[in-house]
Amino acid sequence: MVLKSDVHPIKSADDVVRVRQVARQWAAELKFSLVDQTKLVTATSELARNTLEHGKGGTMRVEQVENGPRRGVRLTFEDNGPGIPNIERALQDGYTTGGGLGLGLSGSKRLVNEFEIKSEAGRGTTVTIIRWK
Amino acid sequence: MDRIPILKMGDCLLVTIQVDMHDQLAVSLQEDLTAQIAKYASRGVLIDISTLEIVDSFIGRMLANIAAMSRVLDAQTVLTGMQPAVAITLVELGMSLSGIKTALNVERGMELLRQYIQEENEYREPDGSEE
Repeated sequence: MVLKSDVHPIKSADDVVRVRQVARQWAAELKFSLVDQTKLVTATSELARNTLEHGKGGTMRVEQVENGPRRGVRLTFEDNGPGIPNIERALQDGYTTGGGLGLGLSGSKRLVNEFEIKSEAGRGTTVTIIRWK
Repeated sequence: MDRIPILKMGDCLLVTIQVDMHDQLAVSLQEDLTAQIAKYASRGVLIDISTLEIVDSFIGRMLANIAAMSRVLDAQTVLTGMQPAVAITLVELGMSLSGIKTALNVERGMELLRQYIQEENEYREPDGSEE
C-alpha cells in the first residue's frame, strides 16, 4: 500500500543531486539506519544518473510503501529514452556502454531489497527499487 | 561555476570535499588537481572525504583516476576520513578502490604522505639525480 508519493524531474546534473537529497529525506523519515540510508541514496545516485545520461532525462517517483508491518521507500526511475536492448547484459558487473565502470545497475541492485527493470527499445526504461526498513 | 578549493602545503596538496558533488564538479577537481600537481611539482595529494555522505561509482572512479593520474605525475594520493557507512556501501556496490592509499583521518594521512616522500627521496639520492 502506498502511504504517500511525490514526483521529481531528472533533467540536469543538479537534479541528480536533488533527488539524492529527496531519497535521503524519505529514508530518514522512516528512521532508516545510516548504512541503509547511504545504500538507498547511493543507488538513487546511480539510477538517476542512468536516467539522465542513457534515458536523456526523466522522472523519479518516490513513495512510502507499507507491506504488513513493514514500511519502506520505493523509488521509480522512468525515462522515454532509447531503452536497453539487452537487460541481462546491462545487469552484469563491468558491462558498460557509457564508458563508466559498469557498476551502476548491477551495483544498485545489490544495495536495495527489491529491484525491477523494464525496458522497451525506443520507448524507454523504468527501474523500480524498494528498500525496506 | 563552483570549484573545490585546493590548498598547497609544502610539497603536498590538500583537498577537502565538503559539498554534495555533482558530476561536473568531480571532473573539474580532477583537472584542477592534475594541473596544480604539475605546476607546483607536488609530491603528495591528500583528499579528505569525511563530510561526504555518499561515494557512488562515478565519484569512486574519479577518486581512482586522481590517484592514477597523480602517480603518473610523480605524486602519491591518500584518501582520508571515509565514513563507515560509505565504506560499506562502496564495497557492496562493487568498488574496493584497491589502487588508492587510505588513512582514517587527515593526521594519519599526512603522516603517510611524509613517510612516502621521505622514502622516495632516500631512494633517489644515491645517484644524485631523479632522471
